[in-house]
Amino acid sequence: MLEGRNLAVWRGERVVFSGLDFRLEDGGALLLTGANGAGKSTLLRLVAGLVPPIEGQLLWAGVDALADRVSHARRLRYLSHADALKPSLTARENLAFYARLWGGDVEAALEQVGLLDLADLPVRVFSSGQKRRLALARLALSPAALWLLDEPTVGLDANSVARLGALLATHRAAGGAVMAATHLPLPLPDARELCL
Amino acid sequence: MSAFWAVLTRELQLAIRHPADTLAAVMFFVLVCALFPFGIGPAPETLARIAPGALLASALLAALLPLDRLFGAEAEDGSLEQLLLSGLPPAALAAAKALGHWLTTGLPLLLATPMAAAMLNLPVEAWGVAMIALGLATAVLSLFGTAGAALTLGARRGGVLLPLLVLPLSIPAVIFGAAAIEAAAAGLVARPYLLLLGALLAIAAPMAPLAAGAALRAE
Repeated sequence: MLEGRNLAVWRGERVVFSGLDFRLEDGGALLLTGANGAGKSTLLRLVAGLVPPIEGQLLWAGVDALADRVSHARRLRYLSHADALKPSLTARENLAFYARLWGGDVEAALEQVGLLDLADLPVRVFSSGQKRRLALARLALSPAALWLLDEPTVGLDANSVARLGALLATHRAAGGAVMAATHLPLPLPDARELCL
Repeated sequence: MSAFWAVLTRELQLAIRHPADTLAAVMFFVLVCALFPFGIGPAPETLARIAPGALLASALLAALLPLDRLFGAEAEDGSLEQLLLSGLPPAALAAAKALGHWLTTGLPLLLATPMAAAMLNLPVEAWGVAMIALGLATAVLSLFGTAGAALTLGARRGGVLLPLLVLPLSIPAVIFGAAAIEAAAAGLVARPYLLLLGALLAIAAPMAPLAAGAALRAE
C-alpha cells in the first residue's frame, strides 16, 4: 500500500504543490487530474523516486519508500510522456532490453499490445500510436506492484485503449496498484480521483 | 549484474547500428595526427620528437567527441528515467556507460594508432607501447568523461562545458602516456610510466562512476 503524507515539491523557482495527502491500496487506482502544470507528472516522478520531495513522506507498506530508491524502483513501472524507445532498434530488440532487466516474455507482451506483426521493424518507422503501444508493452512484460502512468492513452486508437483496459484489469486483479495522470477517460473502473 | 551486462550490450548494439559515431572519432584522430606534419614540416626527427604528445592529445580529443551524447540522447527520449528505475544502482549504470564508451570509442582508436603513429614518424619499436598507453589513457578519459557528461547533463551549453571539465583531469594521463611512448622510442623501459597510468585508471575506475551516479540521481 502506498501512502503520501503532506508532500511538497519544489521545481525551478516555485512550489508545484504542497500539503498533499493520498492513499493507494493494493489493487486500487488513483486518477490524477488537474490543469496543465498542476503537478500531475511531477507527482508521478516523485512517487517513482526521480524527484525528491522537499517536505513530507512517501510510505510503502508503512516504510519510507525513498530511503532505498533502488529497491523502490524494482517494484514499480513508470510510463512517462516520452516512450523511451531507440529508433534504430526493432520493436523486439527494444523490448528485449527491458525483458533482460525485469524478466518476462517479449513475444507475449508484444501480442498483448497487438504489435507481434511489426516486431522486426525498426521503431523509426512506427507511428506515434504504435510507439505508445510498444511503450505500454513494457508493463505487460512482468508483474510489478505499482504502475505509474503519465497520459497512457495519448495517440491510442479505441482498440488499443481497450487492450490497455485489459492489461490494467489483470494488473489490478493480481493486487497491483495504478496511479495515472490523464486528461482523457481511462479504462479504470472505480478509480478514486485526486485533483491537484 | 545481469542488468549491468544488459545496459552494456545495448550500448554495443546501438553503436553497431550507428557506426558513424565511432567512425567519426577514428577519422578525427587520424586527421588531427595528419595535420601535424603539415604544420611542423616533414623533418623526421622533429616529427618523432612531438609524436608521443601529439598522439595522446589527438586521441583524447577524439574520444571526447561522442561524450556529450552519452547521457544526452538517453535523457531526450526518456530512456534515462527508465535506466535509473531499472533497479541498477546509478553508479553501476554509469560504469556500464563508461565501459561502453571505451569499447565503442577508445578501442577503435587503438586500432587506428599504427596509422597515426606512422604519419608522425614514431619508431616502429614504440608502436606497441603507444597502443598500451593510448588504451589506458582513453580508459581514464572514458571514466572522467562519463562523470563530466553526467554533471553537465541538462546544463545549457553542456557540450562546451564538458571538455573544460574533463580535459584538465586528463593532464596526468597525457604526461605519463607521452612519457611511456617517449621512453619506448628512445629504447628505454616504459613500464614505470605504464604502471603509473594503470594506477591512475585504478583510482578513476571506482571514483568516476560514483561521482557520475550521484550526479545522475540529482538530475
